[in-house]
Amino acid sequence: MSASFPSDSVGLVTPQTATFESPLALACGKTLERFDLVYETYGTLNAEHTNAVLICHALSGHHHAAGYHTVDEHKPGWWDAYIGPGKVIDTDRFFVVSLNNLGGCHGSTGPASIDPQTGHQWGPTFPVMTVADWVHSQARLADRLGIERFAAVVGGSLGGMQAMQWTMAYPERVANVAVIAATPRLSAQNIAFNEVARQAIRSDPDFHDGWYADHDAIPKLGLKLARMIGHITYLSEHSMGSRFGRDLRSDQLNFGYDVEFQVESYLRHQGDTFSTRFDANTYLLMTKALDYFDPAGQHDGDLAAALSPAACPFLVISFTTDWRFAPARSRELVSALLRAGKAVSYINVDSPHGHDAFLLPNDQYEAVFGSYMRRIHADISGETA
Amino acid sequence: MRADLELIYDWVPDNARILDLGCGDGTLLAALARHKNVTGYGLEIDADGIAACLGKGVNVLEQNLDDGLGNFVDDACDLVIMTQALQALRRPDTMLDEMLRVAPECIIAFPNFAYWKHRLHLTFRGRMPVSRSLPHAWYDTPNIHLSTFQDFAGLCRDKGVTIVDEAVGSADHEGHWTSRLWPNLFGETAIFRVRRGR
Repeated sequence: MSASFPSDSVGLVTPQTATFESPLALACGKTLERFDLVYETYGTLNAEHTNAVLICHALSGHHHAAGYHTVDEHKPGWWDAYIGPGKVIDTDRFFVVSLNNLGGCHGSTGPASIDPQTGHQWGPTFPVMTVADWVHSQARLADRLGIERFAAVVGGSLGGMQAMQWTMAYPERVANVAVIAATPRLSAQNIAFNEVARQAIRSDPDFHDGWYADHDAIPKLGLKLARMIGHITYLSEHSMGSRFGRDLRSDQLNFGYDVEFQVESYLRHQGDTFSTRFDANTYLLMTKALDYFDPAGQHDGDLAAALSPAACPFLVISFTTDWRFAPARSRELVSALLRAGKAVSYINVDSPHGHDAFLLPNDQYEAVFGSYMRRIHADISGETA
Repeated sequence: MRADLELIYDWVPDNARILDLGCGDGTLLAALARHKNVTGYGLEIDADGIAACLGKGVNVLEQNLDDGLGNFVDDACDLVIMTQALQALRRPDTMLDEMLRVAPECIIAFPNFAYWKHRLHLTFRGRMPVSRSLPHAWYDTPNIHLSTFQDFAGLCRDKGVTIVDEAVGSADHEGHWTSRLWPNLFGETAIFRVRRGR
């Protein structure tokens, strides 16, 4: 490990690819005959294979959750604040697995991959994935890595939905689960925001009905708008206000439509960056997976019934200023778990940062989550916490 | 363990499903789980307490007791325990109803305002008592509904709630459980075990 990395960083990491040749049946009725999953691991799997932790990523996330790919990389993985030696998800204790989900655009099989049937990019014909599909594919990866049962499955936002799904689909393979800043289903408002994002992408002339690669085009404008609207929902009114207020980029109003307010500049920058690093078809697919997730839907709306297979203790965490997946959504999950008689703990962490809070350092969050993870490790190693 | 918690510990039957309202750092629940195979949940609003509970493997929910127990169904558990929280609630009477809705039986411990030292304090100094069990000044105390051993017995009578057991004790850790004769006068902490209905 290079000395230039912080001491609590996992340091240099190298993504790996697992190829699966046996077919994966999907919720949409289609089948993926073969697929690749790109993943990273941090820490060491113990001899009993009992210390594995699965990290599930959110809408625009990927396998690179911690550490650095190169010595020059200026930003570490997306959850580096919580994964590393001595951190909440302590890589001195746990073997951490983080993957890029199917349909993603960071190396796992997705819309930009070649469809073996046609020899051509999947593009918009790539099957619409569901959270359940992802979890099945993640179970295949666990098999490959020799992990019969995860010490914990952990995820924030859309990742939290996957964590939830694990407890229903593979209850015997999850010892603990942490569902963070998530929801048991999207509200109409959540779906509405996703639909605006999708329409922004699909109405971009460069989208070409999803075949933009054939036209050497990228629907940048659409992706940018999608990210801008998404980003608004990730922040709280307070965090946006305290960061930008009504600050202007120059000293005076220009009575025009160029960037004037700092918040406009920030959103445009976020959108621009995103539009060159994220795939439009993947974005559409991920938002659909969010919209479709509704485990209670198959049980006449009874979430407790849906959760009845779950066999592990839950930790549910929400954040006070999160209005995308508000604390009330987490409490719905908690209430359903109580009705189902499941072991559950819940905390609503005080944070001004809205939905994004789950990614950011926060003493209270770290204390509670850290305490939970240390107890999990104590259980594995037979110590008293 | 705190003296009142020790007594309560003895009162809890093996294998009970319990709810501990204001569970603090989870000491009672952890001990009950380990030695009596008790399962259940603690409710707490203090983040340090919640972290401590998680460290002990105690199920803990951040929940303000004044918001009620609406997320628990009728008879969700066998026993509800509430120590040192009754006097801080907005409506102790409705909480008693709630507790006896989610379980047939509950145990409640609270500071007895009629304790002789409190009486002396008020009588001779003419000011609101400040003591070991009531350490706050009148203006910043969380204890907005102080009551006495007899007051609570009266509430149970009015509500048609059966008192199964009652005890008093001192607030320190000596575990001195006497004052059977004049509990309202000599008990610093009042502890009631009550059951739904007559």
